[in-house]
Order: sequence, then C-alpha cells, then structure tokens
Amino acid sequence: MNSSEVLIEAHNLTKKFNDFVAVDHIDFEVYRGECVGFLGPNGAGKTTTVRMIYCFLPLTEGLLYVAGMDAPTKSRDIKKIVGVAPQEDNLDPDFTVIRNLEVYARYFDIPKTEAARRAADLLKFFQLEEKQTKLIQELSTGMKRRLIIARALINEPQILLLDEPTTGLDPQGRHIVWDEIRFLMKRGVTIILTTHYMEEAATLCDRVLVMDNGKIIETGSPKKLVKKHVGEEVLEMAFDETTLHTLKDELPDARIEIYGDQIRVFTNQPHGSFERLANKFPGLPISIRNANLEDVFLKLTGRKLRE
Amino acid sequence: MTTNNNRMSNRPLLPQLTYRVWRVWRRNFDVFAKTIFVNFLPALLEPILYLAAFGVGLGTLITGTIEGSSYIQFIGPGLISIAIMYGSFYECTYASFVRMYFQKTFDAIIATPINLDEVIAGELLWGATRATINGTIVLAIVAPFGLVSSPFAILVPVLAFLGGLLFASLGMCFTALAANIDFFNFPSFLFITPMFLLSGTFFPLTVLPSALQTVALAVLPLTHLVNLTRGLVLGRMDSFLGLSPEVLAGLSVVWMTFVALFFFILSIFLMRRKLIK
Repeated sequence: MNSSEVLIEAHNLTKKFNDFVAVDHIDFEVYRGECVGFLGPNGAGKTTTVRMIYCFLPLTEGLLYVAGMDAPTKSRDIKKIVGVAPQEDNLDPDFTVIRNLEVYARYFDIPKTEAARRAADLLKFFQLEEKQTKLIQELSTGMKRRLIIARALINEPQILLLDEPTTGLDPQGRHIVWDEIRFLMKRGVTIILTTHYMEEAATLCDRVLVMDNGKIIETGSPKKLVKKHVGEEVLEMAFDETTLHTLKDELPDARIEIYGDQIRVFTNQPHGSFERLANKFPGLPISIRNANLEDVFLKLTGRKLRE
Repeated sequence: MTTNNNRMSNRPLLPQLTYRVWRVWRRNFDVFAKTIFVNFLPALLEPILYLAAFGVGLGTLITGTIEGSSYIQFIGPGLISIAIMYGSFYECTYASFVRMYFQKTFDAIIATPINLDEVIAGELLWGATRATINGTIVLAIVAPFGLVSSPFAILVPVLAFLGGLLFASLGMCFTALAANIDFFNFPSFLFITPMFLLSGTFFPLTVLPSALQTVALAVLPLTHLVNLTRGLVLGRMDSFLGLSPEVLAGLSVVWMTFVALFFFILSIFLMRRKLIK
C-alpha cells in the first residue's frame, strides 16, 4: 500500500497566532498512497496543520513541501493537486447541488463539458444523483458532508484532506463516508484526515499521528500503537477498594488505572489471561475486551477535558 | 536543511491578480442571473418613486429653473448616481460580508488555485458591474420622461463602472473592518446618507456656503459622480467655486480614478490582514 515516495514533508513546522503556538516545531512525512490520521484533543493543532498543507494559513516557521513544492511560494500549484473537505459547511448556498460542483470546477479551470462529466460521476459515486437540482439547505447533514467530499474530488487531486469528515453524522452516514474513503484509498489517493473518533482512525488509517498542545507525541500504525501502549486486553470492573487490592495481588505486573468509578487493567499477556480471574469475584460483573486506539489516546493525552 | 524564519516576509507587496479574478466575478454573475427578477425589481421601482416624490411632488412647487433645467431634469442625473453608489456600496458591504462570514464562500474559493487577492478583486469588479447595471436601468427609466438631453448619455455605463469601482472599494474597506454585520450601520448613516443628500443630487451645491462646497468636492465621492453624470446626461455642468465646467470635469475624472485605485488596493490589503492569519 505504501510506496517510499514522500509526498508531504514538514520540518520544524510551526504556526503561531499572536502569542499562541498552535503548531509547535513538528516534523512528519506522508507517503504516496497512505491514509494518515491526525488525532488529538480539541486545540491540539490538527486543523491548523491541515490548513498549512493546503496553503490556507501561512507558516510562521519551518519548511513544508507538498509533492516537492515549497508551500509558501508554490501555493497555487499545490492547491491544484490537493482536494480539501473542510470541517465546516462552506458549500455555496446560492447554487444547487450540481452547480456547486460545476462552479467549483471552474475555479480550477476545468472545461465545461469535462466539469459536467466529473460532476455527474461524483454525484453518482456519492449517491447524490437524485438531489442534484436541490438547493444546499434542503440537504441533510450527511448529504452535505458527502457533497463536500465530492467537491474536494472535482480536480482529481493527488492528496485529499479530510478535516473531521464524519463529525455530526449518524452511524449510517458515517459508514457510507467510510466506504467511500476506502474506495478512494484503493484508487491510490493519498488521504490525510483529522478525527476525534478513534474507531474511525483505527479502521481507515495506515498510520496515525497523535498531537497534543501543538506537538506530535506519537506516530505509528493503529495496531502497533495499541500493542505498544496498552497491550492486548482490557479488563473493566466497578471501583471498590477490595476489588482493587485483589486485582493488584493477582496481577502484580499489569497496569491498573482508575477512571472515575471504574477500574481498568491493561495486560500484555496473550488473550485469555483474564479469564481465570472470573472466579475470584463471584457475582461481580467483569468486562473483558480488546485494547483499542481510544485506550492509547486517553493514555497519551490524559483525561482532562479540553476547551 | 535550514529553517527559514519568518516566512511571512514572502507575502508580495502588490496585489497578485490574474485572469482568475473573472472566475469570482462569474460566480456572482451566475447567482445574479439566477435571481434576476428579484434583483431588477427594486432597481426599477426605486427611481420611479423618487421621480414621483421629488420630481412631480416637490418639483411642482419649484417653478424656477436650475441653470437652465427644470427641477425634475436636474434630479435625473442625481438618481442615476445614487443607483450607482447604492448598487456597488451595498454589494461590497452587506452582500460581500454575507459571502465571507456566513457562507464562507471566500474560504471555499481560496482552497482552489484562486488566491485571496483575486477573490477580493473579483468582488470589487462585480460590485462595479452591479453599479453599471443599476445606473443604466435608471438612465433607461428617466429617458422617456424627457430627462436626457445629450447624446453623451451613452457614456453613462462607462462612468458607472468607474464610480461603481470606487464605491465598491470603499465598501470593501468597511467590510474588512467590520466585526459583525451591524457595523455597516455606521458607514450607512454617517457616510452614505449624508452623501445621498449633500452631493448636488437634489439641489445644486452652489446654494451652500463655499466652505461646504469645498468639503463636498474634496471628500464626497458622490459629488464628482453626480457632476460628471449631469454633464453626460444634460450636456452641461454646474460651475462652482470659480472652476470652469471643463476644469471641474477633468478634476472629477482624475479624482475618481485616483481614489478608486487607492481604495481598491487598500481594501485588498485590509482583507489580507483580516483573513490571512
């Protein structure tokens, strides 16, 4: 899936808004054909980083190359090969669904007949054909989101930037968007997405970059990060002093954490190692589940509420 | 690899404009063409109301002539100029602000190969186009009332574009400074309304003290526009402050061109400061 060709390269990339450092001297690469996820709590710097990649925000410091082009000086050429689906709805409410795509194509100098062909194809792919003559305000949240992604593809971009592509969607809408993203990955589009949903990152991304306070604090494939930081399995039980002591005695090497009124035990032991504990706690509910990316995320970024 | 500090210094000093300006213009034109009926109706009705109120109503009380014209003939060019001013100023204040702030249309466009300078320039040229359309409509409405007496009236659209560009650029500067849409009450009531009344639109400036005439000529753009429009529509201009009509016409053309260009560039800089963080 990944080739070794570096498509996006950042060194010491920094963005300051007055005194606030939103992105703090980060380094990263994105390879052609990869799907990379930027994870992090609110205000971590994910969106700011994405906005610098499509030259929406000038850099304060550092270097940023997109397809070998220097971001501060080659913004026009970079924007030609990048597709952007921003977080907020900035579809054009003065036009219908299909005109949104056609007018957007004109901004890229795509000839009229070619634009009409691409618009029709995209509407079909995103299951919006029946809505093509509707105005934007008549669409549901999920349809708007899909239209924004469709619009981002009108210039047949090499790099697709998806800033929180499924925020606010119902489970059906989310799964449709995921299927579409997977299809684009198969076609070889390099995808960068930001998300708050760990399940989304785990299912879509080849690699994730975890950001916090403007810095990249961890990088790797979702599977590797889960293994490295939380292990294989997680045991969850209601908090109780006796339970806690018993668990500590039984599992001296395991990492035990208390989350509110819950005890969580993380283990690197192979699957099934928690099973034998069941008879130590007669009558108490025990939940044993696979460790996941959310566990990693909370471990790395803490549980303090942001914003 | 070395880190290049302060990449902001790469920002070019002059507006970076290409043919892409017209892509932005075209977007606004397409929206206008779609809602043409809604757009045309007020532009048609307003001057008719003014003609009825001031020309027929107030005008019947004014029996004398103003420098050889009847009162209704005198206000005809004023109405054309007001349509030019309103058409462009409100397009590039309220309408541009809605596109920029509520619809995020500017954000969507600058994610494409079009840059912010081109978005703003496209908006300004569109504002000037609206002014040209509105001004020409009013010219066509007042003509059957016998209010056009010079063949030079055919040049009104050209003048309307220049005047429109001036008021569009002024409006865009206010848009760049506006924190919210209510802010536009200030330029509306403190700048546009006084100009509407005091720029030689409904009465000749010569009735004012010469100090006020000087102020009107120095700082009120509408004075110059009314002056030139009256020249084209009626074939002659008022002379005031001891300046001959020829000198006045030349002064007004130069003044408007210079001020339009200045605020055109200034509005792009103010918009960069507002939107490029």
